[in-house]
Amino acid sequence: MRYRAEIFVTLKPVVNDPAGLTIRGGLHALGFESVTEVRAGKYLVLTLDESDAAQACARVDEMARQLLANAVIEDYRIELEPVGEPAAAGERSA
Amino acid sequence: MVFPGTWSDRDCAHAVLDVLQEPVRYIDHREQNVDGLELVILPGGFSYGDYLRCGAIARFAPVMEAVADFANRGGLVLGICNGFQILQEARLLPGALLRNASCEFRCEWVHLRVEQSNSAFTLDCRPGQVLRIPISHGEGNFFADPQTLDALERNGQVVFRYCAPDGRVTADSNPNGSVRNIAGISNAHGNVVGMMPHPERACEPLLGGSDGLAIFRSAIHALTRVAV
Repeated sequence: MRYRAEIFVTLKPVVNDPAGLTIRGGLHALGFESVTEVRAGKYLVLTLDESDAAQACARVDEMARQLLANAVIEDYRIELEPVGEPAAAGERSA
Repeated sequence: MVFPGTWSDRDCAHAVLDVLQEPVRYIDHREQNVDGLELVILPGGFSYGDYLRCGAIARFAPVMEAVADFANRGGLVLGICNGFQILQEARLLPGALLRNASCEFRCEWVHLRVEQSNSAFTLDCRPGQVLRIPISHGEGNFFADPQTLDALERNGQVVFRYCAPDGRVTADSNPNGSVRNIAGISNAHGNVVGMMPHPERACEPLLGGSDGLAIFRSAIHALTRVAV
C-alpha cells in the first residue's frame, strides 16, 4: 500500500523559539494583538510504500528519530493516510 | 574535513600549515578512514546547505563513521561553528545549537573566557584567561536541558563562555542567547571540543588578532605529550 505521511516537527516547549517570537512581534505590529504565542516548526510530507499502516507508521517514526527531528530540541507528530496501491511490479519493470 | 558547503577549511589549513608550520591534509567527506591523522578539524560553513538542520546531513557522510571511531579512541577532534553543529548531530558532543536569539546572523569579534585548561584545546591557556576571537553564525544559540548543563558544569566540560573584555560573564556579552553564555564545550575526556567562534580567523595580527592560535597550539602540545 502507498501511504502519505505528514511529519510536524516543532521545538520542545522548554526550548526558546526566536523565530516564533519574531513572528508574534510581527503579528502584534499588524494589530493581531490577541496572539499570545507562536511556535515555528517544520512540515515534511513523505510518500512511501509499506505493507500496512502499522509498518508505515513504525518506519516513519524511525525516520523521525534518526534524522527528521533532533530529540535534544524537537518534538514531532506523524499523520498517516493511505493513498492507494503503488504501481504494479510489471509496470515498473517495463 | 571538507563537506559540500564547508567554507572555512582553507582558513583552518592556513592557521595550521602556514602559521604553525604543521602538515595538513584535506579530508573529503567521501573518504572512508582518517588513518594517520593526529587531529581532525571540522571547519565552519554550511554543509549540505544546512538543509533540515545545521549538521544533520553531514553526520551521515561516509567519513563521519571514521571520525566517530577516531574520537572514541581518544583522537583529537575540533569542531568549529558548523563543525560544532555536526559533532552535536553525530552525538559526539551534547546539546544543540538553535537560531540566534536575535534571529540575526552575527559576524563580529567576541571575548571568550577560558573555563578550564584540561581539554586538549586549552592546555596552553589558564582558566579565566580571556581570548578575543570572531564569531560568524546565525545558529549558535547553545541549548541543553538543565540536567545536561549541570553535568557539563560538574565535569568541567564547559570550555569557553562569552564574556566582557575584562572576563565578566554578562548578558550583554552574549551574542546569540546561548544558555549560561556557553560558547564551547568538550566531551567527557576532553579530546573532542566544539566551539562557535572561529580561532582560525584570529591566527595572525594581520587578521586583527592572534588569540586563536592558543587553541591550535594547545592541541599540538597535547599530541606531543601523548607521544612522549
